[in-house]
Amino acid sequence: MGRICDRAATALLWLAGAFIVALLVYFLGYIFIRGLPVLDLGFIFGLPRELGTGGGVGPQLFNSFYILALSLLFSLPVGVGAGIYLAEYARPSRLTRAIRLSTECLATVPSIVLGLFGMIVFVNLFGWGLCILAGAATLALLNLPVLVRVTEEALRAVPRSYREGSLALGATRWQTVRRVVIPAAAVGIVTGVTLVAGRALGEAAVLIFTAGMSVSRFFPDPNPFAAGETLAVHLWYVNAEALVPDAARIAAGSAALLVLVVLCFNLLVGLPGRLVQRRLTGK
Amino acid sequence: MEGKILVEGLNLHYRDFHALKDVNIVVPPQKITALIGPSGCGKTTFLRVLNRLNDLIEGVRIEGKVLLDGQDIYSQDCDVVTLRKRVGMVFQRPNPFPMSVYDNVAYGPRIHGVRSKRKLDEIVEASLRGAALWEEVRDRLFRSALGLSGGQQQRLCIARLLAVEPEVVLMDEPTSALDPISTLKIEELLRDLKQKYTIIIVTHNMQQAARVSDVTAFFLNGELVEYGATDAIFTKPRDKRTEDYITGRFG
Repeated sequence: MGRICDRAATALLWLAGAFIVALLVYFLGYIFIRGLPVLDLGFIFGLPRELGTGGGVGPQLFNSFYILALSLLFSLPVGVGAGIYLAEYARPSRLTRAIRLSTECLATVPSIVLGLFGMIVFVNLFGWGLCILAGAATLALLNLPVLVRVTEEALRAVPRSYREGSLALGATRWQTVRRVVIPAAAVGIVTGVTLVAGRALGEAAVLIFTAGMSVSRFFPDPNPFAAGETLAVHLWYVNAEALVPDAARIAAGSAALLVLVVLCFNLLVGLPGRLVQRRLTGK
Repeated sequence: MEGKILVEGLNLHYRDFHALKDVNIVVPPQKITALIGPSGCGKTTFLRVLNRLNDLIEGVRIEGKVLLDGQDIYSQDCDVVTLRKRVGMVFQRPNPFPMSVYDNVAYGPRIHGVRSKRKLDEIVEASLRGAALWEEVRDRLFRSALGLSGGQQQRLCIARLLAVEPEVVLMDEPTSALDPISTLKIEELLRDLKQKYTIIIVTHNMQQAARVSDVTAFFLNGELVEYGATDAIFTKPRDKRTEDYITGRFG
């Protein structure tokens, strides 16, 4: 009886794993088979068209990365900083509890709500209009709680013995955190940042109301107050509202490009981290 | 007895638990002092009093005097960073940092302000020689310390400690996670080290205490039952409880 159960468990768990892989293969296959033929330089770097066929997504691709970079510029120092504070400095107190609770609440706010909030505050109240900066600021708010949590968890996973070893040598707390704890947690933190960035590249709801659904006449346009439609938003826009006759083609191409971009980005950020890890631990 | 460390009326509470009860002890300089006693009797807690590592733990309260060279280490004007530089510690499980062998040893000097590459090279080599590890790692100084064997890692931790030139070395069961050959190497090392350092070692191993130490202190339930010359403790203990413990009647 025990052996049958054991076999059954193995089979079921294998099936669950296989199901996930099959789903992924089907998903990627569908997107790539439809989208890859569309991808050429004219599409990837070309300007979009409002009416005629043959429009590209160059500005949208540019905006995706521009908004991501700007949002990280704000959310990375604050999020990682708060994570370090919570993991290394904070003693259990009312303030700590308040910070943790707010982070958790912030993390559960639906992105569409955050998008509307961004529209009220950045777009209207600050008078920035629908633009790259407003999108980046709202996106930063979306990513902040995740960054805090990821950083805190990565630091907590560092064995206590490292900290004690360092302190026992006469290191200050900051020296210990900076030279031992953060390097040991770096791979975890980088993984978290990759996760956040991947999500940011694919985010649409937050950006529709803050960065807008149109792009600048110029390309590339580094003005942070320029209209900032991203690839993911464009994908939605093309499917929902576009007038161009080749909307389906553009949507397929955008989807494939988006997946490729996220994949490349993950590899680009993840690989150096893994190399460093191997050098530090010898594994 | 002339003492490097003098402890008077030391009481330590952890929340409601009275972990150390009125401990009085004199630790002689350039000798090896062994702390023995059953698990949970307060040996390790006592050790961590001496470099104030218990400060990190929430809910610990300490009363009494702990004098290092006549200076109270728990007084307001004692700088804990300086104290820990003078009183170093080797832990029960080897805890090299996840970095190269070289960076592990250079860690202490670097945080204490040594920048010169040549000076660091010298310190690293001298410390590794001092810990009897140089010959084994000289070809792999820049590879990760986590690739070393357990015994090598523990000697690396000793080298890392020697690099900051402490006066007192605290050792918390430094060989309990090691095989007999590595243990022997560490014990030989201890005999060399006591020429320069005052060593306090916690051990569960009665033979080890008898082999390496000059002075032995026996702890039981947070009390220091008896301490004195190791020969005397092991041959004619004054207290019945000490005798019971070292002859293996309980513990």
